[in-house]
Amino acid sequence: MKNNKGVLIFIEQRDQIIQNVAIELLGEGKKLAQKLTVPLMACVLGKKINPLIEEVNQYGPDEIYFVDDPILESYVNEPYTKALTRVIQEVKPEIVLIGATSLGRDLAPRVSSRLHTGLTADCTSLDIDDKGQLLMTRPAFGGNLMATIVCADHRPQMSTVRPGVMVKAQVSDNHRAIVNCVDVQFNSSDMNVDIIEEIRQSKNKINIEDAHVLISAGRGVGSKKNMKHIETLANHLTGQVSGTRAVVENGWLDKERQVGQTGKTVRPDLYVACGISGAIQHVSGMEDSGLIIAINKNPSAAIFDVADIGIVGDGSKVIPALNKQLGKK
Amino acid sequence: MKIVVCVKQVPNTADVKIDPNTGTMIREGVESIINPDDLGGLEAALRIKDQTEAEVIALSMGPKQADKALRECLAMGADKAILLSDRAFAGADTWVTSLVLSKAISLVHPDLIIAGRQAIDGDTAQVGPQIAEHLDVPSVAYVSKIRTNKDQLVVRREFEDRYQSVRVHMPCLLTVVKEINTPRYMRVNKIFDAFKDGLVEVWDNMTLKINSDQLGLKGSPTKVKKSYTKGVKSAGKVFDVSANEAVQIIIDKLKENYIL
Repeated sequence: MKNNKGVLIFIEQRDQIIQNVAIELLGEGKKLAQKLTVPLMACVLGKKINPLIEEVNQYGPDEIYFVDDPILESYVNEPYTKALTRVIQEVKPEIVLIGATSLGRDLAPRVSSRLHTGLTADCTSLDIDDKGQLLMTRPAFGGNLMATIVCADHRPQMSTVRPGVMVKAQVSDNHRAIVNCVDVQFNSSDMNVDIIEEIRQSKNKINIEDAHVLISAGRGVGSKKNMKHIETLANHLTGQVSGTRAVVENGWLDKERQVGQTGKTVRPDLYVACGISGAIQHVSGMEDSGLIIAINKNPSAAIFDVADIGIVGDGSKVIPALNKQLGKK
Repeated sequence: MKIVVCVKQVPNTADVKIDPNTGTMIREGVESIINPDDLGGLEAALRIKDQTEAEVIALSMGPKQADKALRECLAMGADKAILLSDRAFAGADTWVTSLVLSKAISLVHPDLIIAGRQAIDGDTAQVGPQIAEHLDVPSVAYVSKIRTNKDQLVVRREFEDRYQSVRVHMPCLLTVVKEINTPRYMRVNKIFDAFKDGLVEVWDNMTLKINSDQLGLKGSPTKVKKSYTKGVKSAGKVFDVSANEAVQIIIDKLKENYIL
């Protein structure tokens, strides 16, 4: 166990595009590596990934390990599991962080089981204790409970980390990481599923996790028609529209814009909650936002407990009035 | 074809509330349900059975009370139900849970294992892929469509920004999302039978014979160091004012925060 050293970040890429969560993990990984005074390392898997290595380098890891093979072009569980397991066995990091995406949450459990080590899912906060152990904190029971998990006797300590929660690494010029190619021998049986087709959906997809301003609608907005006021306000403040599960289920908004336990976790600089009651399932996905403004008819709505500014009032009057005022400028 | 469906009995987390005075979780009166993704998995298996005469076995690990969830599976149309229950299993993390389930599955020899993507109490999504790893079979996660074709399956695998249509040979494991289907109701004529005695087989570690070092809290690589409810953020200011006054308050606040 003492031989394990360093923090390894799995760099998730899709179609040669580095996913935001990987840059967030490089940012968080750097903090952890500094606390432990150990190197920050990155692992890149894919086909023809040279340009990606250059890009990862800018975010300041001390070492980059890569596996470049045609079998890794599209994600399939077994070849990725084999490659990442091999890199971990060679590098022997004490910590491995993987984005908690639909890819990472499929890859990480198989890798951790193959290595017979622990894995903590979907963490929202990481820290190091005085013994140098990784403290992995995550929500459970629908966001009602937070649990801090440790992996005391097995290495590496592995965690998947929720996208949009950690702060992205800064780009640093003139940085030079040590780059190492890891040789992995693949055979045809590793490709144990055949991809018949892979279809990309909604190319210009809006990612509410990346928005600095979110104008968010709840059931209290009243109707699909009233959503246009929300959209206008989002335009005035150069933000995006998001909403609660109820609004998505009513068909007023796309699922990809849903905030909360069964949607996305966001932390924009400004979150305007319109007609949102503030159920814990919603609040757990937005409470870390910078400035929270809530507008709700019900003076005892739970959303006011997390809001910096609460307006008791009818959103269908307040928001058009606000739009009118902002439109003057 | 023999299909094992892994199900978990979970508290309906939507009903769980925090006591505002003590800050602790109120679990009393919260109903126990079959985990929604797992119910989708059972329905998917039953649809294969409807077409191909497959045998469907519902498998769960949990305390004795979890047999209620398995009886509901029988009432929906599962042929057999097995509950893995032993004090030695308590305190298991996902590594141990998947080890116990995989040992039981290896005694059943199924062609296909279906698990829900994740449970609503733990939300880890880890147990499915970890079972597959213990059994050394291929796995496909986040499945939203299944088509059978002799000894192979064609399934749709969802990602945030795309989907893959993939072919996989059995034996294999799939984890399914609840959007895969709408589960059927329990059949009235089967409910009565399902609640007769002795229908749910209970297996303990005498049957599974797993080394006790690998079980429970002791065998779990991860341990909960502490758990707590999130304290409520200190309340901001709430204004009960006219729409025009509200507009001014909001604009002032946006300016103060350099958003305008």
